[in-house]
Amino acid sequence: MNYAYILGKLRGDVFPHDIVTIGGASTMAIVGLGVLLYLTFSHRWTWLWREWLTSVDHKKIGIMYIVVAMIMLLRGGFDALLLRTQQATSVGSSHGIVSPNTFQQIFSAHGTIMIFFVAMGLMFGLINLALPLLIGSRDVAFPFLNLTAFWLFAGGMILINLSLGIGEFSAAGWLAYPPLSEINYSPGVGVDYWIWSLQIAGIGSLLSGINFLSTIVKMRCRGMNLMKMPMFVWSVMGSMLLVLFAFPILTATLSMLFLDRTIGTHFFTASGGGNLMMYVNLIWAWGHPEVYILILPAFGVFSEVVATFSRKRLFGYTTMVWAIAVITILSFSVWLHHFFTMGAGADVNGFFGIMTMVIAIPTGVKLFNWIATMYRGRISLRLPMYWFLGFVALFTVGGVAGVVMAVPPADFQLHNSLFLVAHFHTMIVGGVLFGYFAGINYWFPKFIGFKLNETLGKCAFWCWVVGFLLAFIPLYILGFMGATRRIDHYSTSLGWHPLFIVAGVGAGIIALGVIFTLLQLIVSFIQRKDNLDLSGDPWNGRTLEWSTPSPVPVYNYAIEPVVYDRDAFWDIKEAARSGKKLPAPEYEDIVMPKNAPASVIIGLLAIGLGFGMVWHIWILVGLCFAGIIITLLIRTTGEDPHEYVLRAAKVEEIEKATRARGVAHV
Amino acid sequence: MSKEKPVAVVSKHSTEYGTLRTYFTGYILSIILTLGAYLLVVNRHTIERSVVLILIVAFALIQFLVQLYYFLHLGKETKPRWKLFVFGFMVSVVLILVFGSIWIMNHLNTRMTPAQVNTYLSNQGGGF
Amino acid sequence: MSDTAEAVITFVPDTDKESKAIFGFWIYIMTDCVLFASLFATYAVLRNNTFGGPDGAQIFNLPYVLAETIVLLTSSFTCGLGILSARRRHKNKVLMWFSISFFLGLTFLALELSDFRHLAAMGDSWRRSGFLSAFFTLVGTHGAHITVGLFWMATMLFRIWQVGLTKANVRRLTLLSIFWHFLDLIWIFIFTIVYLFGVMQV
Repeated sequence: MNYAYILGKLRGDVFPHDIVTIGGASTMAIVGLGVLLYLTFSHRWTWLWREWLTSVDHKKIGIMYIVVAMIMLLRGGFDALLLRTQQATSVGSSHGIVSPNTFQQIFSAHGTIMIFFVAMGLMFGLINLALPLLIGSRDVAFPFLNLTAFWLFAGGMILINLSLGIGEFSAAGWLAYPPLSEINYSPGVGVDYWIWSLQIAGIGSLLSGINFLSTIVKMRCRGMNLMKMPMFVWSVMGSMLLVLFAFPILTATLSMLFLDRTIGTHFFTASGGGNLMMYVNLIWAWGHPEVYILILPAFGVFSEVVATFSRKRLFGYTTMVWAIAVITILSFSVWLHHFFTMGAGADVNGFFGIMTMVIAIPTGVKLFNWIATMYRGRISLRLPMYWFLGFVALFTVGGVAGVVMAVPPADFQLHNSLFLVAHFHTMIVGGVLFGYFAGINYWFPKFIGFKLNETLGKCAFWCWVVGFLLAFIPLYILGFMGATRRIDHYSTSLGWHPLFIVAGVGAGIIALGVIFTLLQLIVSFIQRKDNLDLSGDPWNGRTLEWSTPSPVPVYNYAIEPVVYDRDAFWDIKEAARSGKKLPAPEYEDIVMPKNAPASVIIGLLAIGLGFGMVWHIWILVGLCFAGIIITLLIRTTGEDPHEYVLRAAKVEEIEKATRARGVAHV
Repeated sequence: MSKEKPVAVVSKHSTEYGTLRTYFTGYILSIILTLGAYLLVVNRHTIERSVVLILIVAFALIQFLVQLYYFLHLGKETKPRWKLFVFGFMVSVVLILVFGSIWIMNHLNTRMTPAQVNTYLSNQGGGF
Repeated sequence: MSDTAEAVITFVPDTDKESKAIFGFWIYIMTDCVLFASLFATYAVLRNNTFGGPDGAQIFNLPYVLAETIVLLTSSFTCGLGILSARRRHKNKVLMWFSISFFLGLTFLALELSDFRHLAAMGDSWRRSGFLSAFFTLVGTHGAHITVGLFWMATMLFRIWQVGLTKANVRRLTLLSIFWHFLDLIWIFIFTIVYLFGVMQV
């Protein structure tokens, strides 16, 4: 029998050979298996399926995103430890702990995972949690689309983790430039795994972009004009506009690379009329907006955090809005700075260099506005503010390093050096990650119902900051000394070794920071009964979400809020304090969306489709694709709006049970 | 405090429908513009080349606007004109992407000698 | 402060299902435009990379393409007429107009596939050169969208025939019509930039 149809390129020797990969794959498999067995023997599958996996509650979806992102942080972080260890030990006659090919797969996986699954995951997680509440809405615009987007994201994550055990991963870096990523130089399945986990997760991102932009446009509560929206909402709007217009470029480019590799097209091949530089051009036309997609919501979190913990209105609301708008627009005008050295000449390089410097200005405006917010505020130095202050220090340094490289002649020396690596890590860790950590710490009590342990959180924070400085300041120096990125071995005579050792120690301290974060979660959970958020407003907040009980009921707001000004909740509290009587609430029936098993099915079928594409099992691709179509057809058959009604009496019951503590409501 | 009458009206898309007349107009205009461009190219040897090019681009852009208005009802939104806003943003991104890419890719041979460029071009059969 | 503020609520949420769906779908269409723009940009960069193979002037048959264009344009028009009938709740007219659109769309696809097969048979497939890769992918992606549209149209025809013009069906038909019109819009650019420019050897 011809097994090629059902096995494609799968053969017996697809399992890993080196100890590091075997270790990683086994760990994942054992932990995964352990979780599945636990769920089975404690009879929790029904609960998990009903309460979490098929839930279209945006709050649950947000938590699922963050859980997936944190798991991937562990994997990406462990990759980082391996990379640092290799570079700290692979000097002179020693060749470190991994082979060059494995090293290349590790840094490719590290970058891909951190950007697409950790950063994007935390971002979509926080947006899911907070956005509807901040705009006074009961839900997102398209709940089914929301869950489907999550399952596509999770599907991509599962596919990339499968590559650890079955086959191999890409060794072509996190962006897989041709000709290395073309079929003749990467004949294995690695690059295909990379392509398809990103395609699937990328479609999830697009769907989320559609959803969140529609939510902001259509579902704001009564009275919330654009200029009364919380700053986080503005930042999400900018970010989602970027998602909508940048991700299709990625979809197209990944598709073209896959066509090159599979059906013999000549988009980016070295001969045959291909133009490999067009790949670099297109991938960065996506790639630059992508980093602004990541940072804008982090800026939004900081706007909320700084105002709340300075007990003061955000300074310069209008200029903050304009800064977001300018950053959003300019994101599309700087992408060539990622390839100044590709030969475009002074006119082109000069234009993009200037635009790169210009885009630093609105970011500066935001920074000054946050500081101005703190000035003469009554500052409460809680954990979210720690993350903000860490951000101010790190992001400024990383930012000016970026402006240095915005000058093309300087970039000719620094391009693809460790100076570049240090710069973008400073931005992403010091900016994106710190922002999302601040957001998680800030909103945790609201969504989980108890406060996080501050001490352990502060330990985590200091480990992250000290560890980061130790890990990356040496890299800035090494960059100036001529060290390029992605090297798995170097000569002793270069004098780089001591700096790499310091960097290795720094990475270890960051790992300690991650451990402290895990400890924080565990200890907080154990001590939760002593730290319940009873008032729903643990930080004396300014925005609408703090008017709900913690954790938030499924419908968010029993009474739809009406808003008259910015910092709507602060307004209400002021009114309550001045003795204004709030009328008794009149509850009404609330229409809620039902669970959507179809989303899970689509996610699983997407994994199958991706796996089939990777291994050329075309029957699997066909079946999974047909399955997705059929699932959608079944879902959309008939008039069923997939909703249920929560009776007013039930709403009243839930409200009375959770509001025994005199929370001001809208 | 609970049930005030809103001052503004919810934006509904009821102004965004067509009529038989508008669809017909759009169709006829599109046919004319398509045939016009076609005839220009078919007869290109009798007309100045740059004139042909400018006209077919113009006809394409006009037909684009015609179909956007008559078939897709863009521009008939009541305020706030979100669809128009998102459309405008998309057009900007598309223009930057397409013309930016052409500009960039065209300049990649800036630092090559004419001899190097010729070798490259002949290898590719005439590309950038 | 609040008493005077009560009179000036100037924003109310829009939770009408059809309005939300149309807006969300419109945004999706915008993303699809950027996808096509990426393919157009690639086509523009690779259009002269013929690698010894044929260029556009040698393989494009303008009268044939004109026929395809008129067919698709008419299909877009009858789709619009179908929507008018849907608004007036004329079930049979809806079925008629959308069947015509479907048939015309199918004709378009058949013409295009026939052209592709002819080219491939002569050895001028997507494997031949960068130019041909870009051509087949750009035009082929449009054809793939047409195929999806035809499946969708067939599904809608079946559902409307079976249960009639329910609110949900009219909403979905509206989304389909936006999709179908958008495909004709993209075709204007393919017609001009690929075929007309190609023949003019731009």
